[in-house]
Amino acid sequence: MIKILEERKEQVFNKGKDSFEISCDKKSASGSVSQRACVFCGSRVVLYPIADALHIVHGPVGCAVYTWDIRGALSSGPELHRLSFSTDLTEIDIIHGAEKKLYESLIGLIDYYKPNACFVYSTCIIGVIGDDVEAVCKKVSNEKFIPVIPVHSEGFKGTKKDGYKAACEALFKLIGTGSANDVGKFSINILGDFNIAGEIWVIKEYYKRMGIEVVSAMTGDGRVNEIKKAHGAKLNVVQCSGSMTTLAKMMKEKYGIPFIRVSYFGIDDMANALYDVAKFFGDANILENTKKLVKEEILKIMPEINFYKEKLQGKKAAIYVGGAFKAISLIKALRLLGMETVVVGTQTGNKDDYNDIKDIALEGTIIVDDTNPLELSKFIKEKDVSLLIGGVKERPIAYKLGIGFCDHNHERKEALAGFIGMLNFAKEVYGTVLSPVWEFIPRK
Amino acid sequence: MLLRHTPKEIKEREALVVNPAKTCQPIGAMYAALGIHGCLPHSHGSQGCCSYHRSTLTRHYKEPIMAGTSSFTEGASVFGGQANLLEAIHNIFTIYNPDVIAVHTTCLSETIGDDIHQIANKAREEGKIPKGKFVIHASTPSYVGSHVTGFANMTKGMVEYFAEKNGTKLNQLNIIPGFVEPSDMREIKRIANAMGVKIVMFPDTSGVVDTPQTGKFNMFPKGGVTINELKSTGNSFATIALGQLASGPAAKLLDSKFKIQCEIHSLPIGLTATDRFIDSLRKLGGVSVPDSISDERGRLIDAIADMHQYLYGKKVALVGDPDQLVSLTEFLVTLDMKPVHIVTGTPGQKFESRIKEIVKDKVPNVNVKASGDMFLLHQWIKNEKVDLIMGNTYCKYIARDEDIPYIRFGFPIMDRIGHSYFPTVGYMGSLRLVEKILDALMDRKDRDSKEESFELVM
Repeated sequence: MIKILEERKEQVFNKGKDSFEISCDKKSASGSVSQRACVFCGSRVVLYPIADALHIVHGPVGCAVYTWDIRGALSSGPELHRLSFSTDLTEIDIIHGAEKKLYESLIGLIDYYKPNACFVYSTCIIGVIGDDVEAVCKKVSNEKFIPVIPVHSEGFKGTKKDGYKAACEALFKLIGTGSANDVGKFSINILGDFNIAGEIWVIKEYYKRMGIEVVSAMTGDGRVNEIKKAHGAKLNVVQCSGSMTTLAKMMKEKYGIPFIRVSYFGIDDMANALYDVAKFFGDANILENTKKLVKEEILKIMPEINFYKEKLQGKKAAIYVGGAFKAISLIKALRLLGMETVVVGTQTGNKDDYNDIKDIALEGTIIVDDTNPLELSKFIKEKDVSLLIGGVKERPIAYKLGIGFCDHNHERKEALAGFIGMLNFAKEVYGTVLSPVWEFIPRK
Repeated sequence: MLLRHTPKEIKEREALVVNPAKTCQPIGAMYAALGIHGCLPHSHGSQGCCSYHRSTLTRHYKEPIMAGTSSFTEGASVFGGQANLLEAIHNIFTIYNPDVIAVHTTCLSETIGDDIHQIANKAREEGKIPKGKFVIHASTPSYVGSHVTGFANMTKGMVEYFAEKNGTKLNQLNIIPGFVEPSDMREIKRIANAMGVKIVMFPDTSGVVDTPQTGKFNMFPKGGVTINELKSTGNSFATIALGQLASGPAAKLLDSKFKIQCEIHSLPIGLTATDRFIDSLRKLGGVSVPDSISDERGRLIDAIADMHQYLYGKKVALVGDPDQLVSLTEFLVTLDMKPVHIVTGTPGQKFESRIKEIVKDKVPNVNVKASGDMFLLHQWIKNEKVDLIMGNTYCKYIARDEDIPYIRFGFPIMDRIGHSYFPTVGYMGSLRLVEKILDALMDRKDRDSKEESFELVM
């Protein structure tokens, strides 16, 4: 039996037993081995996939190193985003400031790489030494005639969610700076897909078959010039609600573009996403195309899905992911495979998200905000779980406990979005849950 | 288009690092602290630092890496992080109950000027540190040195906080293994044991970041140097420090504080560096080298002799940490190979002259740089092709772009396993390196040979 920190008691909820509101949006208790990251991390993961922009990290070298090409956000063209640029601040810079260093770095890099825009990420130290990053960016932008956008991502200024917000604000500065004259009437922006393992290519293909024009993708396989004209789109389709809803709201206010929230994960949610978009435009052709597409795609994958379902029936799963929207999709997708989720947690879910999770979860399910390895492993053991879905730091914990693991974060190697993604997911879950290696593990 | 971003023409850069060949101090401090049994490393800074270090170490070791964070907020950055650290110390001992909390600082907490020593004292006064438990610390500003410096500082912190002298000399030798893998630490212990020298080694991450599967998740695995062992280092008869940069400071402190004679050697990677280590063990320990170790040496030389025709004159590009590179360069020269481009990201004046001294007339025009980066290494390779690249995972871009054989060596390695289990120190570790070098070169030869010259026997 492990103890749960007093401060965290209201962040752990047992459905059917407890009746309080889950406490969330809380900063992590100091000393907790939290799995969360910082503001900088939030901004960096959101903007990183814009492949023709230069991303420079202003600070000591570490922050640039730890975010160097760790996110499998694929690009169909330029790959400038996969390089690591740092102003590598040293002691003397901390004392005298590093505006000049930043300026010179930017000028040199722009001259050489000719990027379509620059993002300048502020790290913790910049917030303390007081470099006027905004002024440097403005100056460089005026001299080089490209957008040079400061990202206010000092690590300590909140949680990862605040980093998403800072990234949204940076994107918002780009939007509206290009001409949207050529954008048609059945047009959307994809928000909140980062093209991990090529997922946005799958989704874009669906939209194309429906007759929908994708103006920009933010930010998977992203390009500066597409984002500049994103204000021309007629609808924003928001996935990964945690990171991109802010931007959708800002665009609604300024440009009057409505938005809908979708998930591309799992058969039901994927189909609903496409239908919701089709219904929004209300065009008979599009609706017809969508029906045809959904039918075809589902027919294609169902026989195999049923094979996996038979094998996985009755197994239990635990989910610990960043956003809550994803968690809900995962619960549904696992159900499709005959699996029940008995532990579900997120790093950054809000009250509404947790209420949604409570609604869909079975009695006895443990719902947890901002958990740590000790709690997580306890719940997994208690609930006899055979699969954990999480990110890089959770993987080895699952393996130590002798259960299967599926990365639903940066390190997924197969596309999990779309109908084909559901099949990939089923294969992956099957491969890991029923791996013979678990037979060699001393149990309980 | 794949990563073809590096121009051949080299321009002087002052302001900027492209594709770094180092990272920041705190991760080294975290790794060193993991080498104490029952220790929870603690990052005094924003939440992201801790998360990044744990993720990077997890990718390198494929193990759960535990560490706490002070979770700085805007308030902490203005008023100081004392309240956060006090709360953290209380929470950690209440919930996780480690024997030691090893606090390292970050750029943020250093700049706002938190005095960890004073805060730890306050925690003790307030009864937040249970009896028999410890809070130690190392100052590790991210804007000074590199991850190697952080490792050195935390290792030195172990001496500062724990080492005691009680007047009775113990028949034991201190060994500080340097910023090496758990496999290497295990091997150093094996060698000392075979030599019949009783040692205490710190830090010791074997059994911590290479734990066996038991079906359980242990927050504090069974490995690591114990607090009693650390305390006893003040009574040892001598210290061997392996790696000038990573181990030197702790060894020197033991010397100045307790008058414990210290010998600082390069990491025992390669024939001659291992010879010096073994010789040092022999002399300090007053033992003779057993046949088992002499035989290992003999087998290494035999393998080199058998295959020297494939090694002769091959050009190599190296990138990594200074302690590793000094030894590796020396070994490559022993193998009659030519280390022509050598880069470390870690700053330091002595590195370049040390390398030049090692390669001397073998590679008179060697390109060597401290405070360099991968971008520079790539440019050098474009200007003078090599037969082999040795370095961490990030070298894979260069190796692919230039189509050059490549051996993963150093930190971090995020795309292969092996480093946790198989050492590169000692004669056996060196033999493993020879095997890896030959595999890489000969696989390439097989791949590129025309059918008529594609040979069965090599």
